[in-house]
Amino acid sequence: MLRFLLTRVSLVIPTFLGITLLAFTLIHLVPGDPVEVRVGERGIAPARHAQLLHEMGLDRPLWQQFLSYVGDVLHGNLGISLITHRPVLDEFLTLFPATLELALFAVLFAILIGLPAGVIAAVKRGSIFDHAVMGISLTGYSMPIFWWGLLLILTFSVELQWTPVSGRISLEYFLDPITGLMTVDSLLSDEEGAFSSALSHLILPSIVLGTIPLAVIARMTRSSMLEVLNEDYIRTARAKGLSSRRVIGIHALRNAMIPVVTVIGLQVGTLMGGAILTETIFSWPGIGKWLVESIGRRDYPALQGGMLLIASLVMGVNLFVDLLYGLLNPRIRHRR
Amino acid sequence: MTDIPAPLAATTPKRTAPPSPAKEVWLSMRANKGAMLGLIIIVLLFLVAIFANILAPHSPIEQFRENFLQPPAWVEGGSWEFFLGTDDVGRDLLSRIIYGSRLSLFIGSIVVTISLALGIGLGLVSGFFRGVTDIGVMRLMDIVLSIPGLLLSIVIVAILGPGLINAMIAVAITYVPHYARLARASVMSEMSKDYVTASKVAGAGNLRLMLREVLPNCMAPLIVQATLSFSTAILDAAALGFLGLGAQAPTPEWGTMLADSLKFLQSAPWVVTFPGLAILTTVLAFNLMGDGLRDALDPKLKT
Repeated sequence: MLRFLLTRVSLVIPTFLGITLLAFTLIHLVPGDPVEVRVGERGIAPARHAQLLHEMGLDRPLWQQFLSYVGDVLHGNLGISLITHRPVLDEFLTLFPATLELALFAVLFAILIGLPAGVIAAVKRGSIFDHAVMGISLTGYSMPIFWWGLLLILTFSVELQWTPVSGRISLEYFLDPITGLMTVDSLLSDEEGAFSSALSHLILPSIVLGTIPLAVIARMTRSSMLEVLNEDYIRTARAKGLSSRRVIGIHALRNAMIPVVTVIGLQVGTLMGGAILTETIFSWPGIGKWLVESIGRRDYPALQGGMLLIASLVMGVNLFVDLLYGLLNPRIRHRR
Repeated sequence: MTDIPAPLAATTPKRTAPPSPAKEVWLSMRANKGAMLGLIIIVLLFLVAIFANILAPHSPIEQFRENFLQPPAWVEGGSWEFFLGTDDVGRDLLSRIIYGSRLSLFIGSIVVTISLALGIGLGLVSGFFRGVTDIGVMRLMDIVLSIPGLLLSIVIVAILGPGLINAMIAVAITYVPHYARLARASVMSEMSKDYVTASKVAGAGNLRLMLREVLPNCMAPLIVQATLSFSTAILDAAALGFLGLGAQAPTPEWGTMLADSLKFLQSAPWVVTFPGLAILTTVLAFNLMGDGLRDALDPKLKT
């Protein structure tokens, strides 16, 4: 086990260095004067230009610049945002809870609906329900979520006025950011109605962000269940006279879950990509909206740092899933 | 002796040659209703794209000054002249969507071609030569894969500058690792087979071995992946257009049309509804066909 752990972890190091190199290269590829790109000003006086060039170390050889960039990154120094003049890492950490909360609710929505739908579709293979689940999930998988979000706003916020259009909580509430998660903070505060306000703001964005994971989970659960239901031990369990609820709910589901859990873990990348679109539509103050705004404002340090942090996050979660998988399934652990 | 009893006929089975691979795929596809539906929609889409200038009632960029935000024909205030209504500067929505199909199919083809070519090249080299080359290429692919596709493409577009061509390049780059991994895996499994050894012994050079012998046997999973990424390419390019980073106005790209009409979401919902519906239908059609193709070509990939 230790050997498996060490190999997997050591494989991550070159990838991390590679991502750092990519982030480093990207800002060098931005067309225009390197100092102007980093300071965000045009027409800097030559003397100051030379001074800045030296201060930022841009007159050193590229490999030295890269090494000092890696050093900075490892110390948590990801540069200063050109617009807010705050460290990029601080910006990211302030906005991250909003994205995390949205993503958690989206995954919750996807699992709560996708898992039972997939199981029932597999058990009733070939039925109308099965066809409906497969049809709807393929549609969900093909959905342009930016349009889906607009349709939901149009129906539920504009026409029916059931849910708010944008933001995380009504303006009348002002909560101290304790955890940064609105639902938790509103429960911790004693403001009445704050929790339901936070929750109602979450409904539509979570549905939009959860749509593609929902489709993936439903399809994966169905096919994984179908495979397991054909196994001999299921027949044995049935022959022993166990109730069909027990056979499906305990014997089959448990083994069918392994690939599903992996797939859920691998949705982190999809979620971060989807968050960019979802947050833009719902004016959700998270990482995704921040990145899109950074592009519009030509805030390259923010973009560079944001990309590096998200990639590290995705990589970390994937590693975690990988290790978890090895823990659950010894066949993976001992494979060479 | 004209009517042979049924049992006797059954004992003398007619010998037929096994169907050709292409025919086998076609037979399996035909049995799949979803795949056929997808195929029909795709054929229609291509016809619409080819004959756009005949089918579209108006020019996609002509502005009718008297008809700003006119609703579709079946809604009160609409007219048959502008079947799906008009947008905020009086352009006919139906014509824009018809011309938009050209762009979407063009985007899909270019993105798939670029990523397929690069991916196959990298995967072939990796699986063929192994060793340091393989490690280097695969690590690079891991790096690209660890960044969410949409994020990587918006960062690339942010650097190259917004526009349709740059958006296509950006999206294509994010797909390369998928093809490279698939190609490498199939090349590696083919390399151990007897026919490869045989042609090596017969004196085939590396290039011939790679391109003429091994590659054709690796195509099945790549074709399936190509069909499926045709749909994601359209989706991702539309997303970039929606964020203002893809095709620029007045190009009738469906995602860009959505972004332009956001302001009118409440007052004129049709300008938002139809472009999105067009994206969904197209993407769904390619996914339906891709699923069918996967089941037909490569049962191992079935998920």
